Amino acid sequence: MKRGILLPTFAIAGFLFLYIPIVSLIIYSFNKSKLVTVWGGWSTKWYGELLSDPQIMGAAWVSLKIGVISATLGTILGTMAAMVLTRFGRVRLRGLLTGMVTAPLIMPDVIIGLSLLLLFVAMEALIGWPAGRGVLTIVIAHTTFCMAYVAVVVQSRLVDMDDSIEEAAADLGARPLRVFFDITLPMIAPALISGWLLSFTLSLDDLVIASFVSGPGSSTLPMVIFSKVRLGVSPDINALATLIVLAVAIGIGTSWFVMRRKEKK
Amino acid sequence: MSGPAPKSGLRKGTERFLRAIGFSGRGLVIAVPTLWLLVFFLIPFLVVLKISVAEPMIARPPYSPLFVHGPDGWSLKYTFDNYAYLWQDSLYIKAYWSSVKIAFVSTVLTLMIGYPMAYYIARSEEPKRSLLLLLVVLPFWTSFLLRVYAWIGILKNKGLLNAVLMKIGIIDQPLVIMQTDIAVYIGIVYTYLPFMILPLYANLVKLDGSLLEASADLGARPLTTFLKITLPLSLPGILAGSMLVFIPAIGEFVIPALLGGPDTLMIGKVLWSEFFNNRDWPVASAVAIAMLVLLVIPVMLLRLANTKQEDLI
Repeated sequence: MKRGILLPTFAIAGFLFLYIPIVSLIIYSFNKSKLVTVWGGWSTKWYGELLSDPQIMGAAWVSLKIGVISATLGTILGTMAAMVLTRFGRVRLRGLLTGMVTAPLIMPDVIIGLSLLLLFVAMEALIGWPAGRGVLTIVIAHTTFCMAYVAVVVQSRLVDMDDSIEEAAADLGARPLRVFFDITLPMIAPALISGWLLSFTLSLDDLVIASFVSGPGSSTLPMVIFSKVRLGVSPDINALATLIVLAVAIGIGTSWFVMRRKEKK
Repeated sequence: MSGPAPKSGLRKGTERFLRAIGFSGRGLVIAVPTLWLLVFFLIPFLVVLKISVAEPMIARPPYSPLFVHGPDGWSLKYTFDNYAYLWQDSLYIKAYWSSVKIAFVSTVLTLMIGYPMAYYIARSEEPKRSLLLLLVVLPFWTSFLLRVYAWIGILKNKGLLNAVLMKIGIIDQPLVIMQTDIAVYIGIVYTYLPFMILPLYANLVKLDGSLLEASADLGARPLTTFLKITLPLSLPGILAGSMLVFIPAIGEFVIPALLGGPDTLMIGKVLWSEFFNNRDWPVASAVAIAMLVLLVIPVMLLRLANTKQEDLI
């Protein structure tokens, strides 16, 4: 099996399967013709059209705002949950918290979206808050699943981490908050960053939950994309996809490069 | 590493304030995430459960209340009509069955494509290995919606695939793939492939190479070694990867909505149209509860796979 030709062939075919759709999106974003089968020559006109489309640009701005706020809140809450589950020893209702932290990860989006919308409607009828639905309700919904992802990422880092330094600091008289900010936080910082980035990506990408809990005037980017592509291929969305792929590739490529250089040192 | 003076002053001030209002730091750290999840995750399910036993009404919100104030005080008003309706109308049974079928077939296909890839990556040397892993993860960070959308351009009748196949003369009539279940399979396999590869890789990379050598030294052919050693040892990885594909695939909405046709029945799509098109909140809630029940078995399998995986380490 090791020297066979079959395995590399399968693997290469698999990677081609992963990348051909993405590459085709990129190439067709430069196609002058609107048809996929017709190559009308190279053009950047779809990028111009994309950047001058107020609906897409407005939705992108809404999505970015929601992404940053939800990822940040999710990282704070998720880190707290991870600390409780790994560093707090015996805590009442610990099982409940563990269950509630892991359940959003495997819950279908349609159920999360529906249940939160029904909650918001019931709450509005009962206490008048949140009044209507919009950016605030989307942020609450996204923060909830973001904190679950962050909790898992940070928790695995905390479990792997040697807690004797934290104990030493506590023995030397540092108060818990000081131990956290001076010792724990710097050590789990990489996990916080990847948790934040993961949350941001998931928030930026969510269509289903946002569709349930959004209101008039708070269409997110995926909602606008979905309503556009439901009717078929639209080349300005190809241009948008290319920009996103480019941003992600640069971000991930840089972090990979930095990590490898650090490892070599 | 002591912070600058104003910052630690602020910190001390906050601490003092919290203690003054009766909060210990510890209690606060426990209470905030627990309360958040209680209010925005657990209670919503109780609301769904409640509305699933309500009657649809033309009102705002469009369902009957659970607690009714009558002449002899408060009373409970509930009905199981919505569940009976799910059972009687063949649409829902068909949709559940078809979701399970589509999720199952896609999971098997993902495993067949993902296993050789994971094996190949696990057997590669550094730095090739981490580069390949990066290539597996990279698509996951780009938009899921846009990756599904990419397949429309490839699979539609006048799309890339048909154009290529007709040019090289394999077919002379375009294949109809878009808006069929095949397109949904392709979409699910494509988007969930990383979820299969990563747990399989994590399992296969720990596989002790000396076991394979011993097997080969004792005269076993590569296929025998694979079937008797590698495959049984990687079962927890297979189970974990399969459940990570199967569970979300059951509730999938975007892929059947964009790639599937009107005949593609999936329960996520049914819930969506029940809610957005028919505006029948009680039935949509009943669909959601029934879907949760359907997910119990695969979730138990996933937990089993995770504990098995930990036992191996």
